[in-house]
Amino acid sequence: MNQNGDFIIETTDLKKTFVSKVKGKRNEVEAVKGVNLTVNKGEIFGFLGPNGAGKSTTQKMLSTLLTPTSGTVKIVGYDLSKNQEEIRKNIGYVSQAGGSDQAATGYQNLILQARLYGLDEKTAENNAKDLIKHFQMDSFADRPAGTYSGGQLRRLDVALGMTHNPQLLLLDEPTTGLDPQSRAYMWGQIKKLKEKGVTIFLTTHYMEEADKLCDTIAIIDNGTIITKGTPTELKNSIGADTVVLGFASDDVAEKAEKILLKNFVDAKIQREINILHLQIKNGDGAVPNILRLLDTNNFSAQSITLSKPSLDDVFLKYTGRSLREDKE
Amino acid sequence: MKLLQDIKLMFIRNVQHTLRNPIFMFLSLFQPLLYLFLFMPLLKNLGGTPGLPAGETVEIFIPGLMVMMALFGSAFVGFDLIDDIRSGVIERFLVTPVSRSAILWGRVLRDASVLLLQVILITIVAIPFGLNVKFEYFLISLPLYVMIAITMASMSYAFALMYKTEDALAPTINTITLPVSLLSGILLPLTLAPLWLQNLAKVNPFSYAVNASRALFTGNVGGPDILIGFVIVFLLMSIMFYWSIQELRKIEE
Repeated sequence: MNQNGDFIIETTDLKKTFVSKVKGKRNEVEAVKGVNLTVNKGEIFGFLGPNGAGKSTTQKMLSTLLTPTSGTVKIVGYDLSKNQEEIRKNIGYVSQAGGSDQAATGYQNLILQARLYGLDEKTAENNAKDLIKHFQMDSFADRPAGTYSGGQLRRLDVALGMTHNPQLLLLDEPTTGLDPQSRAYMWGQIKKLKEKGVTIFLTTHYMEEADKLCDTIAIIDNGTIITKGTPTELKNSIGADTVVLGFASDDVAEKAEKILLKNFVDAKIQREINILHLQIKNGDGAVPNILRLLDTNNFSAQSITLSKPSLDDVFLKYTGRSLREDKE
Repeated sequence: MKLLQDIKLMFIRNVQHTLRNPIFMFLSLFQPLLYLFLFMPLLKNLGGTPGLPAGETVEIFIPGLMVMMALFGSAFVGFDLIDDIRSGVIERFLVTPVSRSAILWGRVLRDASVLLLQVILITIVAIPFGLNVKFEYFLISLPLYVMIAITMASMSYAFALMYKTEDALAPTINTITLPVSLLSGILLPLTLAPLWLQNLAKVNPFSYAVNASRALFTGNVGGPDILIGFVIVFLLMSIMFYWSIQELRKIEE
């Protein structure tokens, strides 16, 4: 009823300037310098960028935690400047710090959270039990959250964000500091939420996470969005993929090279004894054609691998630096 | 209605938090008890000096001790809030539709309850030492201590929200509480003080609280001291609580 189109988040020229006084002097820091973004209903949207790029600031504005300096935000069908109460009822937010009460048990945390959203005691109890089941927290829900492992704590944090069954869940760096196993588990949980119809907006600085999890990615740097698209689109924008073909002998490889060159005019081919490296656009579309072509000419490749440009390459292209070096 | 419900939820949450480690609640009784056992006896022989009528030293000292407990007991509660800010608990609350002021109401009411419990315990302990206070006057004095506790707690929370770090909070609170307590005649009545000190104490709102507290315990309820004390503490409490809410809202700026 209040939904406008299919966008669950729509921002126009969203800005945030922090003003502080240092030794009596006004000091302005433009953390977010005009962000325009749209997030589709039901997708996992990844907000990617180095530390200090404006990811968390943008996300805090979306979650009603920070008042924008200027610009408009339409989120879950409401205007951020007018309907904060309604927005709060319809979104969940999990900060990087987590936000669970360490001294209380997971169960107690979930009960209070539900009651803050206006659920009565009985409903809150059932709700907590459901969440404990869904996030597989049965074995530790009755222990104080302070005793949890990193992965267990994250599960509680996300469960707290999902307490009121929001249509949009904002996650700030949901897997930072987790071991690979817990990270994979968390990815699974996030995908499950998507299947339930929840839109996920997450910030991350892990390329692999953005790549594996997200339907759409926007890269933010220095407070502005540099590029946006599906992981595949972004990687395709880099240029060519690499297809590596292995043959039984260098002889066969040489003959195959000639045929491939004739048929894939755009490709660059390099031969290393019995291995061919093809630089080719849209590699996954090309692989079946390559195989068919080799087949009709009675060459059979013994191995074939397709390697795509990574999001690291994407980041490097658009920001001029690698995300991994942003530690300074 | 929603505000009351939110305050109730937050109050229960904070009380549970305190009850998980009740030892600290009683540990903070240790200091006033020491004053009671090791300091109050000294006053008996001072009875008869100005402001310390003989035979009323206990009724002069205990109400001061109550104000001291209210002042110091609640002054450091901001540390607990910094913990909650750091672990993201406050942010999590702010994202829910919970009323902003309930987040602080729930805390100051908890702090006031702890103080109330301590005041009652100290009073019971003081009776064998000869404390002789009319029950109804004692009851009337309780809201005064509650308001002082809320004042100090609000101030502590406001500083905590402003600094967000313990390093700055501790020295600030210490800098404020010591002069405030020395200039309120808590341990000895200011009638013993030289005139300049008495005048200086007049700018300290808590000196009026001590006067009101003493008027109730000694049964001198005829004068204006009680009303003045209540009004000043009430105004100060309102200002401090309002300030703490402003600081909480600033998180969202």
